[in-house]
Amino acid sequence: MAYNTIVEDNIDILVAGAGLGGTGAAFEARYWGQDKKIVIAEKANIDRSGAVAQGLYAINCYMGTRFGENNPEDHVRYARIDLMGMVREDLLFDMARHVDSAVHQFEEWGLPIMRDLDKGSYLREGRWQIMIHGESYKPIVAEAAKKSADKVYNRVCITHLLMDEAQENRVAGAVGFNVRTGDYHVFKSKTVVCGAGGASNLFKPRSVGEGAGRVWYAPWSSGSAYALMINVGAKMTQMENRIVLARFKDGYGPVGAYFLHLKAYTQNAYGEEYESKWFPALQEMVGKEYLDPELSHATHRPIPTCLRNHAIINEVNAGRGPIHMVTMHSFQDPHLEEIGWHNFLGMTVGQAVLWAATDVDPKNENPELTTSEPYVMGSHATGCGAWCSGPSDVSPEEYQWGYNRMMSVEGLFGAGDAVGGTPHAFSSGSFTEGRIAAKSACQYIDDGKAEGIKVSEATLAKLKEEVFRPMEHYKIHRNDIVAGEVNPNYHNPRQELDRLQKLMDEYCGGVTVNYMTNDKLLSIGLKKLKIMEEDLEKIAAKDLHELLRAWEVKHRHRTSESVMQHTLFRKETRWPGYYYRGDALKLDDENWHVLTVSRRDPETGKYTMEKAPLYHLHDENEAAAAE
Amino acid sequence: MPTFVYMTRCDGCGHCVDICPSDIMHIDTTYRRAYNIEPSMCWECYSCVKACPQNAIDVRGYADFAPLGHSVRVDRDEDKGVIAWRIKFRNGKKDLSLLAPITSKPWGTGIPQLANVPAPTQEQRDSQLLFNEPKYIRMDDGGIHTLESNGLKIKQGVTY
Repeated sequence: MAYNTIVEDNIDILVAGAGLGGTGAAFEARYWGQDKKIVIAEKANIDRSGAVAQGLYAINCYMGTRFGENNPEDHVRYARIDLMGMVREDLLFDMARHVDSAVHQFEEWGLPIMRDLDKGSYLREGRWQIMIHGESYKPIVAEAAKKSADKVYNRVCITHLLMDEAQENRVAGAVGFNVRTGDYHVFKSKTVVCGAGGASNLFKPRSVGEGAGRVWYAPWSSGSAYALMINVGAKMTQMENRIVLARFKDGYGPVGAYFLHLKAYTQNAYGEEYESKWFPALQEMVGKEYLDPELSHATHRPIPTCLRNHAIINEVNAGRGPIHMVTMHSFQDPHLEEIGWHNFLGMTVGQAVLWAATDVDPKNENPELTTSEPYVMGSHATGCGAWCSGPSDVSPEEYQWGYNRMMSVEGLFGAGDAVGGTPHAFSSGSFTEGRIAAKSACQYIDDGKAEGIKVSEATLAKLKEEVFRPMEHYKIHRNDIVAGEVNPNYHNPRQELDRLQKLMDEYCGGVTVNYMTNDKLLSIGLKKLKIMEEDLEKIAAKDLHELLRAWEVKHRHRTSESVMQHTLFRKETRWPGYYYRGDALKLDDENWHVLTVSRRDPETGKYTMEKAPLYHLHDENEAAAAE
Repeated sequence: MPTFVYMTRCDGCGHCVDICPSDIMHIDTTYRRAYNIEPSMCWECYSCVKACPQNAIDVRGYADFAPLGHSVRVDRDEDKGVIAWRIKFRNGKKDLSLLAPITSKPWGTGIPQLANVPAPTQEQRDSQLLFNEPKYIRMDDGGIHTLESNGLKIKQGVTY
């Protein structure tokens, strides 16, 4: 294969990965940069790419200030409580004050949003969720991105960000390859908005064999958002904050609508309520400030997602599993029954397939729930991602070093899973973050911050060799053996992925060890990851599809290393039900009411860890009273 | 769940190859028809099923937990703006037909071309506002929320 080089020069805004975050960035960039060159690079097809490829049946982040429902600070408080305090409240407030304007535009673009016919407002599933017929959510927002972009490169997988050689710590574009043609793509750009995805498949999944694709987060979410940024030395935050989901067993179908709209609830195998009996001991672990069932009952203060998981995990370990979702009563109502099925068909078809295959009719039996393997991402009930600068009118000085949503690398912006400390953004919030990032990127360019960027031919040649090395390596060594997949000189991408998943599972708190780890396990895990990195240099790809998988597993590996480093650094158990540090089984506010921030030195591969102070929003009067 | 392609229906058009988010629908070089090259990376997202003009693609539940003998079929119609589903249980006792809208407007007509709208002023550029804001935040004349407008302060320390 010739690997032709195709150079796209003079780009102003390169969107690397176009899920909801990336499409938001591409769309908005055209308004603030009507004469600017906007280019999208996406490893799949933007009509069906990213986490929303399949569609959604709800938009989980909508304030409804228009209907007098919530203010942005209400959402910030909710996210803070759910994440045990560990959030960037400046970024969350900023996202929340803009998110409704994105949703109102979606409706105008043709996204069917259900209405509450009595109130005239959108039909609420819960306090933050509205219900949509979102099968075509992604094609609709992709249409908006396509209208704004000068060029869309589908099937181009970005492998590396490019750094400027004229000025230190400044981005200069990205490189990658075309999954179909094998061409080497160079994007020279003044700014990059990283819209790439979080990570599924880091930890060994519960499913085996064929079913390994039945993951909660999309199997194509390969942690590229994190690896791309970590590899150029961007600072990361909260990477230890992986998420475990309580979902319908095997199908991982969503439970939100079932709990909130269909008024379903859970019980153990013997029909008993089980949650409350685990709460007293759990309260000992996390403190009354974080878990107070009586207060929650009286004031509707939410009980954090991780703590609810904790109750499920412990009840199952006590021998009273499985946990069931009680659906039989509400599914007698044909309207609610229909909603239950639509909910799956709109976003997790596989759950409908599974119930059809196993004859599970939620009208006649209560389906099983389980807790998933861990996932690393930044837009659901977790906030892994890059350390970003915040908005000038909200952020404290320590959270602000330039442009809103710019990372610690100049000219590098992010949205969605890429941005750290902003959980509960979901689809609409990720799109909104993309819009914010795009406006900032345009300001950055207009301020002349991106002048004189230089990338040498030598760098481009070196990266090209690196991009295609797995294919060359295969060519050289495939004839060492007669046939088959066992070769002493290389592993293929699937073999490396299996190795990574086993390692993460056993050392970093996966399902087979009941989400438990400690300092010793993590230290061993880090050593093993280092050795694995050497082998990844020798990964072999027999064709372009395997080259894609090779780069995905390299990105997953780098993400895992960061997760491991952060998990080791935070010496406490902040989120019981997400993971446990056996050597520090309590929440420790005295030492760890902080955000964790890391930087990997691209030259040496060494990590520097630090604590960043947490800032919370307060009511002005309450703040004055306290002073 | 993992997709498969019926030999007699597929004509090798490649729509599924073009749309698959996981890059697992490929054309078999001998038969010149599509097939799923990597079922363990299939999310059963149905993107290829919906895109197939010949209805040649179907799914069979994952072998590690789904018994044989079920069916979830779909017909997505962009012109009519609807999607139709049919779910059949293994035991034949349930046969559901469900219909949902996928758009409320003719495809793509509701989306503005931002290159042609009036350019933002310097004042807008210097503000926190995004396109269509503040109007689209509340669909009235209200402004954007700030710490001041909402009576808030951001403060370092421990808060629950």
